[in-house]
Amino acid sequence: MKQTIRFTVNGDSVQVDVYPHWNLLRVLRDELELTGAKQGCGEGECGACTVLVNGAPINSCIYPVVEVEGKDVLTIEGLVGKDNGLHPIQTAFLEKAGVQCGFCTPGMIMSAKALLDRTPNPTEDQIRHAIAGNMCRCTGYVQIVDSISYAAEIMSRAE
Amino acid sequence: MDKDKVTGRAVYINDMKLPRMLYGKILYSSRPHARIKNIDTSQAEKLHGVRAVLTGFNTPDVRVGFIGDQTPLKKEKVRQFRDEVAAVAAIDEDTAEEALDLIRVEYEDLPALFDPIEAMKKDAPLIHEFDARGKPRRNNILPLPWKLAVGDIDSARTESAYVVKDDFRTQWVHQACMGTSGGIAEFDVNDNLIFRSVTNVPFGGKDRLDMFLKNIGIKGHTRVLTPNVGGSFGSKLDTDIYEFILVLLAWKTRCPVKIVFSRREEFLASPPRQPLIATVEQGCDKNGRLTFRSVNMILDNGAYTSWGATTPSVMMIPMSSLYRVPNVLFQATCVYTNNIYAQAMRGYGNPQATYVVEQSMDQLAESAGIDPMDFRKINANIPYETSPMGLKITTCPMKECLDAVETKLHWQEKRGKKNGRGVGVASFIHVGGGARVYLSDAQGIIVKVDDEGNVGVITGATDQGQGSETIVRQMVAEATGFSPENVSIFTGDTEVCPWDVGTHASRHTFITGHAILMVAEKVKKKVLDLAAKWMASLIEQDLKKRARVDPDFKEPDLDLLVLSDPGNLDIKSGTVFIKSDPDNPYFRMAASRILRKAHLVGTGKGEMVIAEAFYDPPNEMLDREGKGNLSCCYTFGTHGVEVEVDRETGQVKILNYVAAHDVGRAINPMLVQGQIYGATVMGVGYGLTEEIQVNHGRVMNPNLLDYKLLTAKDFIPIETVIIEPFEPTGPFGAKGIGEPACVPSAPAIVNAIYDAVGVRIKELPVTPEKILAALKEKKDS
Repeated sequence: MKQTIRFTVNGDSVQVDVYPHWNLLRVLRDELELTGAKQGCGEGECGACTVLVNGAPINSCIYPVVEVEGKDVLTIEGLVGKDNGLHPIQTAFLEKAGVQCGFCTPGMIMSAKALLDRTPNPTEDQIRHAIAGNMCRCTGYVQIVDSISYAAEIMSRAE
Repeated sequence: MDKDKVTGRAVYINDMKLPRMLYGKILYSSRPHARIKNIDTSQAEKLHGVRAVLTGFNTPDVRVGFIGDQTPLKKEKVRQFRDEVAAVAAIDEDTAEEALDLIRVEYEDLPALFDPIEAMKKDAPLIHEFDARGKPRRNNILPLPWKLAVGDIDSARTESAYVVKDDFRTQWVHQACMGTSGGIAEFDVNDNLIFRSVTNVPFGGKDRLDMFLKNIGIKGHTRVLTPNVGGSFGSKLDTDIYEFILVLLAWKTRCPVKIVFSRREEFLASPPRQPLIATVEQGCDKNGRLTFRSVNMILDNGAYTSWGATTPSVMMIPMSSLYRVPNVLFQATCVYTNNIYAQAMRGYGNPQATYVVEQSMDQLAESAGIDPMDFRKINANIPYETSPMGLKITTCPMKECLDAVETKLHWQEKRGKKNGRGVGVASFIHVGGGARVYLSDAQGIIVKVDDEGNVGVITGATDQGQGSETIVRQMVAEATGFSPENVSIFTGDTEVCPWDVGTHASRHTFITGHAILMVAEKVKKKVLDLAAKWMASLIEQDLKKRARVDPDFKEPDLDLLVLSDPGNLDIKSGTVFIKSDPDNPYFRMAASRILRKAHLVGTGKGEMVIAEAFYDPPNEMLDREGKGNLSCCYTFGTHGVEVEVDRETGQVKILNYVAAHDVGRAINPMLVQGQIYGATVMGVGYGLTEEIQVNHGRVMNPNLLDYKLLTAKDFIPIETVIIEPFEPTGPFGAKGIGEPACVPSAPAIVNAIYDAVGVRIKELPVTPEKILAALKEKKDS
C-alpha cells in the first residue's frame, strides 16, 4: 500500500505517494527527478547519495522515505541560486580541482555544507572526519580537503 | 563540464531514462565449473511486466572477447561464478529482479581449478575444451606466450658478484570506480544500434559491437554515445559481457534497455586486476651495477580473456628498462582457472611488475652491502639512451627524482634504524608519449571557429575525470590564439566525432596535444588569411565612420598594405594584430569581426573557418620478440615513504610520503598534482588494504565495507615534487601522467616496512596479520 508523504525539497514543498520500504534516494531520483544525488552502493557505504535532512548529512540510499515526513531536504541542486550562482563550496571545488570524475562530488559537497554550517573554520582533521563517509577513487582526497578549506575561507571572508 | 558536476547537472548513465525504456538484469552462475543441464525460464516469462528472457538456448551462438573464448550467455557450461546464464528485460528493476528468482538452472558440477599452478599441471581438467576456432585445447595455458629475452642471462649470472632470487605474489584488486558499470542499448527503425556506453574507448567499443551485430545477423551499424563516466581505471577498456547482453535484449524487445550494475555486481562481474606469482632473480657486479634480471611470472587469468591477459606487454617496460640492466629475461604465462576473469587496471601491469623488481632491488642492495638509495642511483636510467627492449628514452630526470626523495625524506638520517620506523624507496618508468598497442595510436580532431569568435573542438577522445576538458581548452586556446573561455569541446558521439584509439595508456594530453598543434596551425592560417583579405577594408570603414561622427578626428596615416600579407599578422586572445606593431590600436581587430565579414560577404563568396587533423605518433608496436619503441617518450619518478610499524598490532602508519615525478612540462600543475595524489592513494591501497578475497572462485567481499578502499581518514601526507624537463617529443613539452603514480607506492611501502622492522612481506597487500606473522616467524627462528 502506498502512502502519501509531504516534505520540502530545496525549499519547495512536495507530496509523493510512496511504498514504506522505499528509501529517500529512490524518491529523489525516480519520483522527483533530482538525479544529483548518486547511488554508488545502495548500502550506506560510499556517501555518493548524501543529502541534508533538517541540516544533517544522511545517506539517502538507506534512509527510509517515510522518515522524511514534514522535514526539509536539501540536495546538491538546491545549492545553486535561482540566478544560477554557485554556492561558495561549489566554486571552491572548481577552483581547487576537488572534482575529477564527479560521481562522488554531490555527496562530498553536501557533507562539506553540513560541516561548514556547524563549523565555519574547520581544521583539516575536522574536514577529513566530516567526509570520512564519502568515498572517492579519483582524487586521493587531498584536493577535496583543499577545496573545503578554501570554501571555509571564502565563506568567512564574505561574512 | 566540471560546473555540471558540482551542481548535480552532470548526467551519468545511472541518470538516463528514455521513452519505452526497459530494465535488464542478469542471472549469474551459482557454480564455479559445471555443465548446464537445463534452464527453465517458463515461470519468469509468465511474470507480469517481463518483456524478454534470454539464455544461451534462444540467442545466437556468437563468440566475443579478444580471443573469442566466451559467448554472452552460456549454454554448455559455466566456468566461473560470474558466468551469465540468463538475462531478463522488464518494465522496472523490481520486476526484472523477481523474474531472475523464477529462473531454474540445473547444473552438473565439474572439478574446478582455483590455483593457476594446479591448472598448469598436465592432468588438470580442461576449463576450455576448444578454442575459438573449434580446435581441441590440450591445457589451460593461454595462447599468449609473453617473452622478452635480451643478452645472455647465464653468463651474466656467472660473472655477477652478487645474485638474489625470491618469489613474490600479488592479489586481485578492483578498479572500484564510484560510478558502477552500465549502458543503454536501443535500435532505431533502420536496425542501427544506438549504444550509450560508459566506455573510455568509444571507437574500439563501436568496432566490437559492429562485429557482434554482423555475427548475429543484424545489418545496421553502431553509434556509441558516452555520457559522463564515473571513473574507469581500466574497467571501461573492453566491451563487457553485459553490453553484448544489452544488445540482445534491445534487439529482442525493440525497446531501449538499460543495465546499471549494483555495487555487489560491480565487484562480482566487472573484471579486476589479476594476481600473479613471480620469481625474480637479479645480479650485480662488485660495484653494484646490475648485470642481469630474470623474471618468470604466472598470472591467474580467470575463466575468460580480456585485456588483463595482455598486461605483460606493458610489464616488459619495467622488466627490461627500470634501471639500466644489460641482460634481461622475462616470461609470463597466463593461465585459465575457474576464478573471476581479469581486466587491466591503471598502470596496465606496471604496478605488479614494479613491485616485484623493486623488492628484488632492495634485496640485491642489501646483499651487495650498498645503501638502497645509492644502489638505485648507481643503476638509474639516464637521458637519451636506448634500453635493451628498444625503448628510446629521451628526457629522464630519474636521478633528480631520487635526489629529491633522499633530501625530503631525510633518508640518511632515518634509514637503517630498525626501531619500528623506517624508510623505503621505489622508482618507475612508464609510457609518457602514447603507446602503440593497436596498429594505430592516433586521434582525429576537428576545430571550427564561428563568427562570434567561439572555437568548437570536436574530438573522439573521452574524459573519465582527469580534467582533459580543461587541458584541451588551454592547449587549443594557446595554439589557435583564442581565449580559453571561448573554447568549447564536443565529444562522446562516434557518429560525429573523428576517430580516436581511446583514452588509455596516459596518452590523452600527449596525443591530443599534438593533434591540436596540427589542427591549430591550419585554423590559424585560415583566420589570418581572412584577416589579410578583410582587415584593411574594415579598418578603412571604421576610420570613415569615426570621421563622420567626430569632425575633429584626424585620420592617422596608416600603411594598410602591410595587412595584406598574412605573414605579418598574428592572433592572441581572439584579437588579430600586426607582429611589427602589436599594440597599435588601429591594427587590432577581433577575429570574430573578420570571420563575420567573411561569412556575410555576399552571394557565392562566403567563407568559414574549419579544419581537421589526424595525428598518429611516431611510436612503434612491439615486434615478435617484444622489442620496439612503444611510446614517444617515457616518464620517470620515485616515491619515498617513511612508515611506523606497531610491533604489537602490525599496524602500519605512513609518517611521510614524497612523490617525485618527471612530467615533462606541466600544462596544468594543479591537475597534474590531482593525478599524482589520486594514483598514489590508489597505490597505497594496493600495498596495504585492498584485496578481492576470492575463495574457491567466489568473491567473498563484494561491498565497500569489506573491500577496503582508503577514506579521507586514512591520511597520507603526500608531498609532490614535480620535475619539469621540457620534453622535445611532447606537445608544449608535456608527457602523459595519468597512470604512473600508482606504480611505485606499494614497493616503496614494503621496502620501508623492511627497514622499520626487518621483515619483508612478499605477498600483497601487507596486512597487519601478515606483518605479525612475519615478526613471529623471525623471532622464532
